[in-house]
Amino acid sequence: MNVKMEKQSEQKQTTHQLTMVQAVSDAMKTMLEIDDTTLLLGEDIGKNGGVFRATEGLQELFGEDRVVDTPLSEAGIVGTAVGLAVNGFKPVVEMQFMGFVYPAYDQIMTHVSRLRMKTMGRFSVPMVIRTPYGAGIRAPEIHSDSAETIFTHMPGIKVVCPATPYDAKGLLIAAIEDPDPVIFMEPMRSYRAQREEVPTGKYTVEIGKGEKIQEGTDVTIIAWGAMVPVAMQAAKQAEERGMSCEVLDLKTLYPLDRDLIAESVQKTGRAVIVHEAHGTGGLGNDILSVINDTSFLYLRAPIERVTGFDVPVPFFALEEHYLPSPKRILQSIEKVVHF
Amino acid sequence: MEEHFPMKKIMDDQGNLIDSSYANDIDEDLVKKLYYHMSRIRLFDRKAISLQRQGRIGTYPPFEGQEASQVGSALALDTDDWLFPTYRDHGAMLTFGSEMTRTFLYWNGRAEGCVPPEGKNIFPAAVPIATQIPHAVGAAWAEKRKGTKNIAIAYFGDGATSEGDFHEGLNFASVFQTPTILFNQNNGYAISVPIEKQMHSKTIAQKGLAYDIPSVRIDGNDVFAVYFETKKAVERARAGEGPSLIEAVTWRTGAHTTADDPSKYRPVGQGDNVVHPIERLENYMKNNDFWDETWIAKMEAELTQEVESALEAMEEYPPAKPEDLFDHVFTNPPSQLVEQKESYLDLIGRE
Ligand SMILES: Cc1ncc(C[n+]2csc(CCOP(=O)(O)OP(=O)(O)O)c2C)c(N)n1
Ligand SMILES: [Mg+2]
Repeated sequence: MNVKMEKQSEQKQTTHQLTMVQAVSDAMKTMLEIDDTTLLLGEDIGKNGGVFRATEGLQELFGEDRVVDTPLSEAGIVGTAVGLAVNGFKPVVEMQFMGFVYPAYDQIMTHVSRLRMKTMGRFSVPMVIRTPYGAGIRAPEIHSDSAETIFTHMPGIKVVCPATPYDAKGLLIAAIEDPDPVIFMEPMRSYRAQREEVPTGKYTVEIGKGEKIQEGTDVTIIAWGAMVPVAMQAAKQAEERGMSCEVLDLKTLYPLDRDLIAESVQKTGRAVIVHEAHGTGGLGNDILSVINDTSFLYLRAPIERVTGFDVPVPFFALEEHYLPSPKRILQSIEKVVHF
Repeated sequence: MEEHFPMKKIMDDQGNLIDSSYANDIDEDLVKKLYYHMSRIRLFDRKAISLQRQGRIGTYPPFEGQEASQVGSALALDTDDWLFPTYRDHGAMLTFGSEMTRTFLYWNGRAEGCVPPEGKNIFPAAVPIATQIPHAVGAAWAEKRKGTKNIAIAYFGDGATSEGDFHEGLNFASVFQTPTILFNQNNGYAISVPIEKQMHSKTIAQKGLAYDIPSVRIDGNDVFAVYFETKKAVERARAGEGPSLIEAVTWRTGAHTTADDPSKYRPVGQGDNVVHPIERLENYMKNNDFWDETWIAKMEAELTQEVESALEAMEEYPPAKPEDLFDHVFTNPPSQLVEQKESYLDLIGRE
């Protein structure tokens, strides 16, 4: 134990180059080492190391009791995780793809989200539900959904969605340490898109805080997860046309970083919100109401939303038409700037 | 439990008939039909794998090793019956009448691949595990209400029996005594999870017992066992005697999908002793003087031609249209959806 602790504090100084999926894995490894009550549950996460290799090698290190290959049952996984969570464990469960979380909807909606409230704090559910989400990798049907608003709409649950390896590790550790349930969405399109220096050992990124990732003056572009690089691309193209974009990476989808949004929109007076989930009932509408509540009198143009269309995520031959593109975002930037 | 559900076989690995009561039912026509369809879907399957490797289609889940289960069961159906497959059952779908070009299109990310030929009751392959089981029960229930003799078959894997939809579907089938065949292909694995970790039960057939559904466990690589046991279940269903569960024990020769690496989780050598179901039927044919080299060569040439032209048709298929994102969501699309479509088409420039 002492040896391990020593090793950790020494590791704190160092960093390593990781992809996002490696950073996610590193977060789980870090927490499995530090806290014996942490355990991982999911389909194919043990011996196979997860279909995206997010749990690669963890079963070998921590054993089959802590990195558990479960039966194929999402309701079973989340339901038993509730029991484990109220009885001393910290389950970090994997839903293999976000489109396969639906069988667990009942458990999450009727129990995970409200157990704390209905027992007046006697029971809480310190659980993390990790799930790869999003389109753009030519996956088969149902493997490409982006269902965040199902969860942002559930009171009692936090929803987190990193865009970079550094944030993925820091936010996942924060989610595991959080006393309440957290949905942790992993943009699978970004899993291996980028490597970045990630500290070894434990660190956290605060849940509920977004970040201004590019400074600008004419318009605020708001995005998260897999849409962050797309928004950045659009911002660059806008820049070339003389429009200066401020880009926000929200990182947490519930609770929203209202201060960050307000501060930026009050400066630029314009906003374009980008998300790949469908527009109707999408999180863009909540962001819009944050802007309405905090910054209405600062606005110089109506707010634009660039979202997935109000259609089921299509088979992959059409996914590029479904997903917000730099072209669509640029069109909205021009619209608000030249309003 | 295993003793209550002994594995039924009609022929052994060497192609010898071990249940002679079927001797008269197995004639040359039947044998050749089974052999033809198994060869056909194997050729399709192997082609699909190589297309995926060349980047000409997307991720693909091979069914090699399960040809007897898929062909034997699909050929036991009648043309107006309903078929509810999974992503791994394109062999059964092709045998029952799906178009090969559209099957390739399906794996190339095209919704066109879900559209069955006119008049054919073939559901799109279910991707969310076990969700198709209640559908098959409902479709069969409808046939019963309408007073027809048609039945529905649901295909599903060993892993699927862990999902709630499996149990809910079985219970409904049992309560409403629907003419449904619950056809399980137990290939030993759900992606990487071996059946011993998927369930503590020794068999899948025994799960039917809880619902009072007649259930059998058969050698799913013995195409005769699959064909005749499915026939029996179909006949019972048509006669108004309700649902049946068939556990066809088989083996997935290859990976879960082309994105999977079974060497990560399968012990070396596991499955090496499994005689491929087509080879087994070949053995039978040779033992019984049905092996006709000229017929085989002609058949193989025809099948190669069929697969190649289906592939060509897939590759020459008109490209997916952005309009198709919007046009089929509703019978009458709401105005907001029409606006989304119009403004998007304007942006990308109409052809
Ligand atoms: C609800 C749901 N959860 C998870 C998955 C991911 N997944 C696809 S196939 C599969 C294993 C299925 O195993 P089995 O039922 O034995 O069928 P097989 O693939 O062996 O034919 C899993 C977990 C899914 N498609 N649907
Ligand atoms: Mg299986």
